[in-house]
Amino acid sequence: MTTETIITDQNTVRQTPAPSSRELFLGFLMLGLIGFGGVLPLARRIIVEQRRWLTAAEFTDMLGLCQFLPGGNIINLSVAIGLHFRGVSGALASLLGLIAAPSAIVIALGVVYQRFQDNPSVQHMFAGLAAAASGLLISMALKMLMPILKKPLPLLIASLFFISIALLRLPLLPTMLVLAPLSVIAIWKLPS
Amino acid sequence: MTDTLLALATIFSQLSLLAFGGGNTILPEMQRQVVEIHHWMSPQDFSAMFALAQAAPGPNMMVVTLVGWHVAGWPGVLVTSLAKFGPSSILTGVVLHLWQRFKDKPWRATVQAGLVPMTVGLVAASAALITQASAHTWGLAAIAAACALITYKSKVHPLWVLAAGALLGFSGIGQV
Repeated sequence: MTTETIITDQNTVRQTPAPSSRELFLGFLMLGLIGFGGVLPLARRIIVEQRRWLTAAEFTDMLGLCQFLPGGNIINLSVAIGLHFRGVSGALASLLGLIAAPSAIVIALGVVYQRFQDNPSVQHMFAGLAAAASGLLISMALKMLMPILKKPLPLLIASLFFISIALLRLPLLPTMLVLAPLSVIAIWKLPS
Repeated sequence: MTDTLLALATIFSQLSLLAFGGGNTILPEMQRQVVEIHHWMSPQDFSAMFALAQAAPGPNMMVVTLVGWHVAGWPGVLVTSLAKFGPSSILTGVVLHLWQRFKDKPWRATVQAGLVPMTVGLVAASAALITQASAHTWGLAAIAAACALITYKSKVHPLWVLAAGALLGFSGIGQV
């Protein structure tokens, strides 16, 4: 091996060794446990800054893929990162790590909900929680709506989806098969 | 039981592949399937489960696990989790190889931009349906409106908002 190749090797080596499946599992387990109300900002901090599994550019690149594909961004990200470092077993370790703790916690909450269904106070509490959760969803929808509010074409397409799904209660698959291609073509070809 | 599990598997594997723009876009279809078509729960139960999942840590699609558990116990949890997380994960794995080749192609940005209005429309539909089911008294409607306004205007952590909502709900004001 010449000196030159050694230098090249050193330049391509990442700052830390590739994580093992066990480390992937534990890393995503922690992420699942402490990620309240949106895991993504936290994921970046842990994966890029703390554990240094990926560089910032690699993270952004992988996130781009995960946002492009169907499924939760963070779920897809765990699969992509696991697969990238340790193949299928890494992907499984990351995904299971991510959903293990939240699954156990929601089921525990579900048990409490069912157990106290007949207690009026607890019922009122869960009703308040549900109302608050719907409020969060409203503000999320508003924040997404604002950037397209003054653009007639995207607004029209969003309205068509809203009417089909919320008002007409049409099934999602056929609605998407018709409206999604129309949406892409319209945004692409027509000035908005 | 087998029929129920089969139905859960069909519904959630389809939703898995339709969830463009994240989990909140498929809530209306999930609600339509589990409430209107299969009558596994009331719209209020569905909204409550969505809320419980929001109050828990982790990815925002844990409502799936809860629905599976409610409908068919532990086998339900296993089937819905596999169906919801399996197909999209496999797709991610397959596309990961091709990604380097098409991530800089202009059509990728076009498709992604073209799907933004769809995501907006679907999240708005989710908000409308979930709110309709959970804000059925004036007190609850006030909680929903206040929480929407506060999170829209400020950067307060969602968990505090949920806790405040639960506390206000516990008081029972405006719920009879």
